[in-house]
Amino acid sequence: MPYVPHSDDDVRRALAAIGVDDVEALFADVPEALRDPPIELSAPLDETALLKRVDELAARDRTTGPDFLGGGLRAHFIPSVTPHLAFQSEFVTAYTPYQPEVSQGILQATFEYQTMMCELTGLPASNASMYDGASAVAEAALLAVRQTKRETVLVSRGVHPETIEVLQTYLWPLGIALEVIELEDLTTPVPDVSSEVACVIAQNPSFVGTLEPMRSLADAAHGAGALFVAAVDPLSLAVLASPGEVGADIAVGDGQTLGNPVGFGGPSFGFMVVTEPLLRQLPGRLVGQTTDVDGKRAFVLTLQAREQHIRRSKAKSNICSNHQLTALMATINMAALGPQGLREMAEGSVRRAHQLADALRAAGGDVRTGARFFNEFVLCIDREPATLRRALSERGIRAGVSVPEAFGLGFAVTLATTERTSDDDIAALVSALGDLGVLASARQEVTA
Amino acid sequence: MNASHNAPVGVDAADRFRDASFPLIFERAAPGRRAARPPVVDGAPMEELLGEEHLRAQPPGLPEVAELDLVRHYTQLAHRQFSIDGNVYPLGSCTMKYNPKVHEEVAKRFQDVHPYQDEASAQGVLTVLAELQDDLASITGMDTVSLQPAAGAHGELAGILMIRAYHEAKGEGEQRRVVICPDGAHGTNPATASMAGYDVVEVPTGPDGEVDLDAFRAALGPNVAAVMLTNPNTLGLFETRILAIAEAAHAVGAQLYYDGANLNAIVGRARPGDMGFDVVHLNLHKTFTTPHGGGGPGTGPVGVKAHLAPYLPAPLLVRRDDGSVGAEGQRPTAIGRLRSHYGNVGNLVRAWAYIRTLGLEGLRRVSTMAVLNANYLRVSMREAGYQIAFDRVNMHEFVARPPDGLKTLDLAKMLLDYGVHPMTVYFPLVVREAMMVEPTETESIETLDAYAAVLGQVLRDAQRDPSLAHDAPRNTPVRRLDEVGAARRPILRYQVPKA
Ligand SMILES: Cc1ncc(COP(=O)(O)O)c(C=O)c1O
Repeated sequence: MPYVPHSDDDVRRALAAIGVDDVEALFADVPEALRDPPIELSAPLDETALLKRVDELAARDRTTGPDFLGGGLRAHFIPSVTPHLAFQSEFVTAYTPYQPEVSQGILQATFEYQTMMCELTGLPASNASMYDGASAVAEAALLAVRQTKRETVLVSRGVHPETIEVLQTYLWPLGIALEVIELEDLTTPVPDVSSEVACVIAQNPSFVGTLEPMRSLADAAHGAGALFVAAVDPLSLAVLASPGEVGADIAVGDGQTLGNPVGFGGPSFGFMVVTEPLLRQLPGRLVGQTTDVDGKRAFVLTLQAREQHIRRSKAKSNICSNHQLTALMATINMAALGPQGLREMAEGSVRRAHQLADALRAAGGDVRTGARFFNEFVLCIDREPATLRRALSERGIRAGVSVPEAFGLGFAVTLATTERTSDDDIAALVSALGDLGVLASARQEVTA
Repeated sequence: MNASHNAPVGVDAADRFRDASFPLIFERAAPGRRAARPPVVDGAPMEELLGEEHLRAQPPGLPEVAELDLVRHYTQLAHRQFSIDGNVYPLGSCTMKYNPKVHEEVAKRFQDVHPYQDEASAQGVLTVLAELQDDLASITGMDTVSLQPAAGAHGELAGILMIRAYHEAKGEGEQRRVVICPDGAHGTNPATASMAGYDVVEVPTGPDGEVDLDAFRAALGPNVAAVMLTNPNTLGLFETRILAIAEAAHAVGAQLYYDGANLNAIVGRARPGDMGFDVVHLNLHKTFTTPHGGGGPGTGPVGVKAHLAPYLPAPLLVRRDDGSVGAEGQRPTAIGRLRSHYGNVGNLVRAWAYIRTLGLEGLRRVSTMAVLNANYLRVSMREAGYQIAFDRVNMHEFVARPPDGLKTLDLAKMLLDYGVHPMTVYFPLVVREAMMVEPTETESIETLDAYAAVLGQVLRDAQRDPSLAHDAPRNTPVRRLDEVGAARRPILRYQVPKA
């Protein structure tokens, strides 16, 4: 049997040592009525048959061709060295580093991760990772509620729609109100913040690609004694003002763009970095530096009195397993690329997006952006986004993330670029959209 | 920067481990170096495209290292790490079984699909997920499964929120304020109940190691929303009165929640759904062997009985009339999303590969041999001089403790010098000096014999010479860390020297 080493003789020996006659005796505590339920599974496959089945299935997935999909996940360049190093057996098959003497690999790499996230975000205290960007935003809101003892959360419409859904899920059982700030010109207006508000949450670049007025939003929050939560794309921070620089109290986001594949949406990892006064409110694991008995520098899980295994029902969060391995991917990837490489990726993505927007406009496309946009923007279209996606896919192009109705744009999609986007990719998309009549219809409207 | 860190990298790794602090990647850096080169796109400057006010003043202080230095650094760090692949790792409650390598190949084939691409162009991965959803429902005896939660604790949150939504829909939301957990419960159970807005009541463990049924009945009432249990429980014992527990809970209108962390004991042989549980979460990183990755990512699918299905978090995968697989939108009654997208798909496809490889017979063999191994090791540990907390036939794990006068922490540290990982220590809280051992089915009898021999050796050594216990470990890269100092004066990042 796969993965189980026991020979018949091993089983006999073990049973004799235990002092029972057969293996069924080991399950005597299971009530008769519960034993041997009808479970339906298909017949086992050997490795060759399994991989054949996988190949058949994988052949039904499009993973090549021009790709303009974003919406929080993008297929950036990942150097071969990154997964090669991160997927070493010792990292992949270790548990949480509870025994620090034999877990310095994970612990030190996590300390390096925390340092890199502090450098990127300009804030001083990072935890060891969260599940994903959306749940990290929700945990940030809960942190703000704990810290301010206030019960309303203000979130910009420009925050990823799925993130807003997750916020709702986390806030309703605690009776925390969630209010949405609607966009004006695809940009978050500076809101009136009441004294009931625990935090203001904005995303930069926003779901529709806009560079938000982060400094003004932070000031508005602070003016009312609320915290400001910046949900950011970490790769953008190679060039954009950091959350620390704009005055955010908490930086959160999804780390996929730092070196994890899009992976059909997971696993990537979430991150959370905060100001010094919020340190002891952080959910999840933290790695700290210390010394060992010989005076050597060493690393250990620390400030665990915040966590569920110590504080149980009084813990800051129920999070236990986090996303350490995908955070390690990001750590190694950031070290592989360095500030220069990350900057080149961010800049390349920005330039390609502006080239694409220009090309679409020139071809009559109804491109919409805020005053400034990063590497993603809106194209208003004349049909259901899913219909357009299908039509483009049939032409070998992956593009067109739906913009939900709540944005008030009618039928609209976002288009995203990376440093991997080529001139040919852009030409292919513009031409396909033209063929499909998506651009022509806009031109007619404009001239009419 | 500390001069000693500038020594050539990797010349004599063993010496470096012994003599000096191991360098950080930042301490191996020098300006202008780098490993990887992305494609460069020339064009307008960022000031022009983005506006000066949006740009950062200084680049982030990330390390600049050459590729070989990068490789040496993370390879040597990997060598400073115990793992299943390198070491016996019988952590109780964690199910540290072998993670098959073919799963890594399977995961790679699906890693470049984007969750927002046209559904018709993602039928391969969607089919895998739909099949897994069905398989997990059948394995647990539940009606419907959502693959969304990212870990066990996340699945718990999904489950308890569904229970809350169910009570609210029945108009009993105000009345039911309490979640009952056994005192041996994992910390995530009470923490989850709090996050869902509930108060927690703990019920004691009885003298036989199972939930004290009288105390449990006394705690039940119309104010109880849910009862969270794992079965076998955290002492590795099957709750023999589970059917009575379920009946009593349901009689007062409470819902029964199954923490699936311990499913490895019964997978293929018994199902939480048949025991009366209304909600189940599974830790695919335990029973279904997706790698732990040094702490995650895990995956915590939730399964429910039909009466809770309206509350399941989307996306749920459905088979369309034309035979294709698609994602169903959020049901109006649902608790809402718990995270973005479908779930930790990279892990879900590994779990699917495992189930496809084993089939039902293979899974039954898993639980059978997991239980055999745990009982064999229990008997061996008893013979080696350890006390067994509840010395009866156990399931996939058991709890031991050292003889009086010895400390579990010391013995755990002594084990490290033998190249084996200790068991889970000081959990569950109901056993003092607890040593919670879960060997899993993938260890051979010879390996268990060797582990038991080491356990016997460290016990004798500690009894003979207390300094041996106190000074352990001796041969690890670092030894006995100052954890109190770490917490008193937290240093959570390296101060990167600024140019
Ligand atoms: C009994 C039990 N419940 C819940 C959990 C939490 O699972 P996770 O770490 O995946 O959130 C664990 C994991 O350690 C566990 O052992």
